[in-house]
Amino acid sequence: MNERDGDGGDGVPSAGQYKLRLFITGSTPRSTRAIENMRRICEENLDGRYDLEVVDVYQDPEATRELQIIATPTLVKILPEPLRRIIGDLSDRERVLAGLDIAPLDQAKRKDA
Amino acid sequence: MASKRNKANDVEGTGHLAPLPKSPTGIEGLDALTLGGLPTGRPTLLCGAAGCGKTLFAMTFLIKGVTEFGEHGVLMSFEERERDLETNVASLGYDVADLIERKQMVIDHVYIERAEIEESGDYDLEGLFVRLGHAIDSIGAKRVVLDTIEALFSGLDDTAILRAELRRLFAWLKDKGVTAIITAERGEGQLTRYGIEEYVSDCVILLDNRVEEQVTTRRLRVVKYRGSSHGTNEYPFLIDEHGISVLPITSAELGHRISHEALSTGVPGLDEMLGKNGYFRGSSVLISGLAGTGKSTFGAAFVNAACERGERCLFFAFEESPDQIVRNMKSVGFDLQRHIDSGLLCFQAARPSLYGFEMHLARMNRDIEHFEPNVIVVDPISAFRGPSFEIHATLVRLADICKSKGITALFTSLSSSGEQMTESERSVSSLMDTWISLKDMEANGERNRVLYLLKSRGMNHSKQLREYQLSDHGIHMVDAYIGPDGVLTGTARVAQEARERQADLARQQATERRRRDLARKRAAVERQIAEMRAALETEEIEVTTQIEQEEARETAQGSERSQMAILRGAQR
Repeated sequence: MNERDGDGGDGVPSAGQYKLRLFITGSTPRSTRAIENMRRICEENLDGRYDLEVVDVYQDPEATRELQIIATPTLVKILPEPLRRIIGDLSDRERVLAGLDIAPLDQAKRKDA
Repeated sequence: MASKRNKANDVEGTGHLAPLPKSPTGIEGLDALTLGGLPTGRPTLLCGAAGCGKTLFAMTFLIKGVTEFGEHGVLMSFEERERDLETNVASLGYDVADLIERKQMVIDHVYIERAEIEESGDYDLEGLFVRLGHAIDSIGAKRVVLDTIEALFSGLDDTAILRAELRRLFAWLKDKGVTAIITAERGEGQLTRYGIEEYVSDCVILLDNRVEEQVTTRRLRVVKYRGSSHGTNEYPFLIDEHGISVLPITSAELGHRISHEALSTGVPGLDEMLGKNGYFRGSSVLISGLAGTGKSTFGAAFVNAACERGERCLFFAFEESPDQIVRNMKSVGFDLQRHIDSGLLCFQAARPSLYGFEMHLARMNRDIEHFEPNVIVVDPISAFRGPSFEIHATLVRLADICKSKGITALFTSLSSSGEQMTESERSVSSLMDTWISLKDMEANGERNRVLYLLKSRGMNHSKQLREYQLSDHGIHMVDAYIGPDGVLTGTARVAQEARERQADLARQQATERRRRDLARKRAAVERQIAEMRAALETEEIEVTTQIEQEEARETAQGSERSQMAILRGAQR
């Protein structure tokens, strides 16, 4: 179920490019929800400046060790540094954006978070 | 391995149900007190405060699993990194990197950094399950350690999810059929900080590290072992360069076999005093005395004699270094170096203050297990300070270990001056089969050493106070001198003996003189008698002569008269 999105492709990401990896567990509702949420956030906020790889840990368990995955779903922001992990089904959009260091639309809400 | 397990199960195999299968930990003592090890295929909770040795316990369980029991293991470490773990156990002689290389062991460091994590919505720990499951499957592991899984609580906010997932994890581990150790930090008022004991309930082991009077003692307690009997006390355990060892003996059992064989004390006169030519094999001997009375020397004499018989000896030195003992004993004629070189004698030296009393005991127990001696010497037990009940309890265990193994144990104890017994002496006196008391006798400006047998069970021993001397030929018992003023020792004894000799001489001379006087008197009397007899004889001779003369005159007168008559007649 590995798939790639965005125009970053397999190439070396350019400056300002987001390298993201989303770890999910098969096709559970939670996994599907996380993928959907992530896609929407990427499209609305990153506008093509991203490289998102979805990893199914059942298919590639070794990957859990490489990127220190314990909870699922987990979104790992590899680039730009610093490395961040956002765990959960990504339903709380503000928190996801905060984790990605993207200025959220609603400043007030971020402060609450 | 299998036989070990069966044997352990037999111990409790009195019920009708099949006994609980157990996986030995390979940790000395722990397997004995759990009657075989941890429950196979179930999780065990290992809790304790920081620095108790939880990780080392768990690591030992895994490493021994591979090296001794052929069971592969997975360590999921939430705290220490793989490299650090490897380095930590390398000092114990375990080559973890090699085990990992051979695919017998996996160490997975789970890195949780709070600052890196943002939570957004619903999640579970399936990632961890997959990760652990993969590690287990990749090497066919039978043993799993999670160290310390509570680190999750500091990394993740949603404790409700965590708790549910932990419950699921332990159930999952059981389903997997792996024997697991889950370590946890000790909590306030409960076993673990986050109450993990709620989920892991098959076997709970508590580690403790207490400091009493500036001395640390590590202790272990099996809080719970579902489906199995186990030792319930607190047991001291030890972590040193040989790994972990637990002192398992609970109480003094009196079921040990006894021996009638006597072992020479190494002191000829003392053997005779004991009445059986030495100490009984497997007995406990206490030699108490003041400083400088030669307690260690008696120990060395015993060791020397044992080594010369080809027996193995273990000498626990708590006051002197082995080199110092060897040198000092050479001066009294015991060449201990020779025995060390031949491998029969082994010294274990440590400062008493280095560990707590129980730790020392755990160490001694371990050394005894390893060296398998016939004879041990503990010099001295009085070096230990602590509450008397503790000293007593632990010495009982040591004496019991020795008795159950048929080891003859000689303890020395430093007495305080005066008649008072020291704490350690009083507490152990009832344990000792033979008690030799060494004393100083001070008189006439010198100090002499005497010993007596306070007791010796099963022997018709001498009740005498005997003087002994330490010379360069060992210990020499001197014949007792008991005079009108009690036992005399040293020069006083020598002087007294000289005085006696003089008195004897004087008596002899007086008798001689009397005899001579009498002889002289007799001679004088006899001389007088002879003189008187001579005088008498002279008188007799004179008288006889006079009588003869008288008769002769009368005869002559008679004849003259008749001649005159004839003459007159003729004229008529």
